[in-house]
Amino acid sequence: MNHKTIMQVENLKVHFDVSSEGDMPWTKRKKLQAVNGVSFELKSGETLGIVGESGCGKSTLARAIISMVPSETGRVLWFGKDLLALQKTEMRKHRKEIQMIFQDPLASLNPRMTIGEIIAEPLKTHYPKTSKADIKARVEDVMNKVGLLENLINRYPHEFSGGQCQRIGIARALILKPKLIICDEPVSALDVSIQAQVINLLMDLQKEMDLTLIFIAHDLSIVKHISTKIMVLYMGNMVELAKSEDIYNHPRHPYTQALISAVPIPDPKIEKNKDLILIEGDLPSPINPPSGCVFRTRCKKAQDICSQEKPELKEAVSSHEVACHFHD
Amino acid sequence: MSFLEVNNLNVEFNTADGIVRAVNNVNFSLEEGKILAIVGESGSGKSQTVFAMMGLLDQNGRATGSVKFEDQEILNLSISELNLIRSEKIAMIFQDPMTSLNPYMKISEQMAEVLIHHKGLSKTDAINQSISMLDAVQIPEAKNLIRMYPHEFSGGMRQRVMIAMSLLCNPKLLIADEPTTALDVTVQAQIMHLLSDIQKEFGTSIILITHDLGVVAGNSDDTLVMYGGQVMEIAETELIYARPTHPYTQGLISAVPRLDDNAEKLKTIQGNPPDAMLDPVGCPFSPRCKFSKDICSNQTPELLEAGENKHFRACHVAFEELL
Amino acid sequence: MIVANKNKIVKLAENLTADEQTSGRSLWADARTRFMGNKAAITSLVILVLIVLFSFVGPYFAVWTYEQIDWNTMGSAATLGMPSIETGHYFGTDDLGRDLYSRVIQGTQISLMVGIVGATIAVVVGTLYGATSGYIGGRTDQIMMRIVDILMAIPFMFVLILLLVVFGRSIIMLFVGIGLLSWLDMSRIVRGQTLNLKNKEFIEAAQATGVSDYKIIIRHIVPNLLGIVAVYATLLVPGIIIAESFISFLGLGVQEPKTSWGALISEGAGTINYDTEWQLLVPLSFFIVTLFCIYFIGDGLRDALDPKER
Repeated sequence: MNHKTIMQVENLKVHFDVSSEGDMPWTKRKKLQAVNGVSFELKSGETLGIVGESGCGKSTLARAIISMVPSETGRVLWFGKDLLALQKTEMRKHRKEIQMIFQDPLASLNPRMTIGEIIAEPLKTHYPKTSKADIKARVEDVMNKVGLLENLINRYPHEFSGGQCQRIGIARALILKPKLIICDEPVSALDVSIQAQVINLLMDLQKEMDLTLIFIAHDLSIVKHISTKIMVLYMGNMVELAKSEDIYNHPRHPYTQALISAVPIPDPKIEKNKDLILIEGDLPSPINPPSGCVFRTRCKKAQDICSQEKPELKEAVSSHEVACHFHD
Repeated sequence: MSFLEVNNLNVEFNTADGIVRAVNNVNFSLEEGKILAIVGESGSGKSQTVFAMMGLLDQNGRATGSVKFEDQEILNLSISELNLIRSEKIAMIFQDPMTSLNPYMKISEQMAEVLIHHKGLSKTDAINQSISMLDAVQIPEAKNLIRMYPHEFSGGMRQRVMIAMSLLCNPKLLIADEPTTALDVTVQAQIMHLLSDIQKEFGTSIILITHDLGVVAGNSDDTLVMYGGQVMEIAETELIYARPTHPYTQGLISAVPRLDDNAEKLKTIQGNPPDAMLDPVGCPFSPRCKFSKDICSNQTPELLEAGENKHFRACHVAFEELL
Repeated sequence: MIVANKNKIVKLAENLTADEQTSGRSLWADARTRFMGNKAAITSLVILVLIVLFSFVGPYFAVWTYEQIDWNTMGSAATLGMPSIETGHYFGTDDLGRDLYSRVIQGTQISLMVGIVGATIAVVVGTLYGATSGYIGGRTDQIMMRIVDILMAIPFMFVLILLLVVFGRSIIMLFVGIGLLSWLDMSRIVRGQTLNLKNKEFIEAAQATGVSDYKIIIRHIVPNLLGIVAVYATLLVPGIIIAESFISFLGLGVQEPKTSWGALISEGAGTINYDTEWQLLVPLSFFIVTLFCIYFIGDGLRDALDPKER
């Protein structure tokens, strides 16, 4: 496996216009900076985990990468080609190389279509001339791969359990043999015993098909298990990016430290004796983010400089980037 | 006198597709001042168990058996009798605090109403007491915030308000149904921390319902594991994790990825969750169990003591065979 | 273990048969089963079908046509125009001596036709308009919906009456008038539902794989709208029948000698003091029974298609 860079994201910014009460049609809308200057590199065969709490912009980031959400500035280089500069029709051609898996297994499947039709849809869209027999063979093949019985092909989504629905979603993402799969909280709606099945399946498929994954989740233990690299987002800003062992063993940003300490470990001996780093207070309003470092309002290390100057994402040690004036 | 004792609790739902047996023969007891965690996956019947206790089942639900709270039978009481027990003796908080907060009323009014109704306080007294309760759950500037509406609070704050409200009448038992599932990890840590503080400060007993084994580990004295509407195992939390004696508990614990562990591959439990429509014959876990024997699909295993320390398990397979 | 127990075999066999059944139950099939289980809806459907059949087969048994005047009974409808088999006036005659049986059949045809044509216009125009508006969204949606608001603000009955007065009373005009206005509610409902669907993950999934907008509307949005459209259309039919009846009652509807339920009820109500109560009761019972049936069917459809909403 050669670890070639397949995607480079540079300074990606996404904002939403929010209207507030009493706005007139001509009032200027307030800006909500959902993703603020994210940059990273993705090598083939890697898994990049993106963690952060709700509202940190992780799902928006994923959608901005494949231009399902318009971005303000930045570039997404896919094998050297800037995806954001492409026309809609041209972008459509590249969609077969990057597929997505969604959070809610049942909601991501059209209830009026059989699972055969659902899995075949990407194939029919990108290769409309494929013969019916071919389509059926390909669908059955991919169903086998994700552990679904072939004879279920004419069933409807509501006849399946959550875990099976997620397998269908994975099959749909795999049928075009993509290079990159973006998984948006793929297991957070599933039961614990089913989560493990789906994660193992994803990891097996990754090895087998040489896939690159972007894995978004709020559960740090799952992200750490599956990822080679982890990015921590806070209010749309990257606060830390490092190899997954490094993030866990040596978190350098105060937010990452608090986040890791908050994750409960299923072992009463450890859990009942651990020093919890509690973050005080609430998330600031994303419409009026704090000046300087966005985390300073809740940070124990915050000093004057934190409110004046926004910390840049810098390499603290080799391949461990962190955005903090006073990182460890 | 036992504090809370649940005996042979069964819950059935009459649905258009037939009878759903959500809870089968559940037995457990709780000592005063302890935290009991009920763990299970969706459909395990963990929520319906406590809903039945509190008389909160849906219209088509029916509960049988016995629930004794301080030696008083509370199962299937009339609404007026239940209302006395609810909130004054047993309070409940839910996954989504908005379900129990009225969006059109200020927090102050909602909290004061409880005190005026149950304790006959005057309005000013009630509001003052509410403010001190909000202080107790660490809501900053409670004096000002109390005049706000529920939607003006963040999710974590709302859950704090809910906890404050449930504590107003000094209940002896607090039932928390997935109190942190909708919250972020850092907020979850805050809330769980708060709950254990409360337990220490007020001596409230807590039943904590959750699917998160990590939350259970850090915040409970005893753990009850449910699957398919039945109790699989019940023991002290430390024992459950150190020496799980039921194949399901073992599978569940090893299926969770751990932050402090570098395992290459997760151990999984085969198969899919059980269908509540089917008649529960035998052990509900037997179709997915590695150790399943003939008897497992024929005969429901009884909850029997396994070793000392009140460790109970419902499994036909001897513990030694599971190792 | 060689000797597996019976229970396990039974379970295994059940699983096998379940697996071998290759075609699944679609949501439509589920809905059909649920609808079939609804006794009120099924009874209503049967009665409605009988009424429709009657309006087509009935004329073959008629002795008189709907415009023919029985000069014998004219002027003494109360005594000679009684419902009777012998005279061939099964439902009696009206005040002018015309056969009520034939006239009720004629009225049934017109009223049902008005209802069905009106609902069809509403379904086609309303669904397309609403789905487009909702899916495109943004400014287009704003403009399209404000147009609907403006049209809704115009008093429906008043416009319809004006149209009939200005362009003369004709059945075509009646269809045009009712059809033009009946789609407004439908378009709003469909738009709301489309907005709801647009945010569903399966639409996003289709967009992410690169399915074109047109295909998304046809393959993913419209099939999921059909349920609510079907329900609303059934509930729309009685409204339109009532509107037509009201206009006919005012004397502005269909032109003599053709008639409709509204016109017949109006005439019957006018002669209620002359001991000819059948002139009111016969068309009125047809009217009421039909409306009840349609409402029950609509209700049954809603329960069947949307079991969660109950």
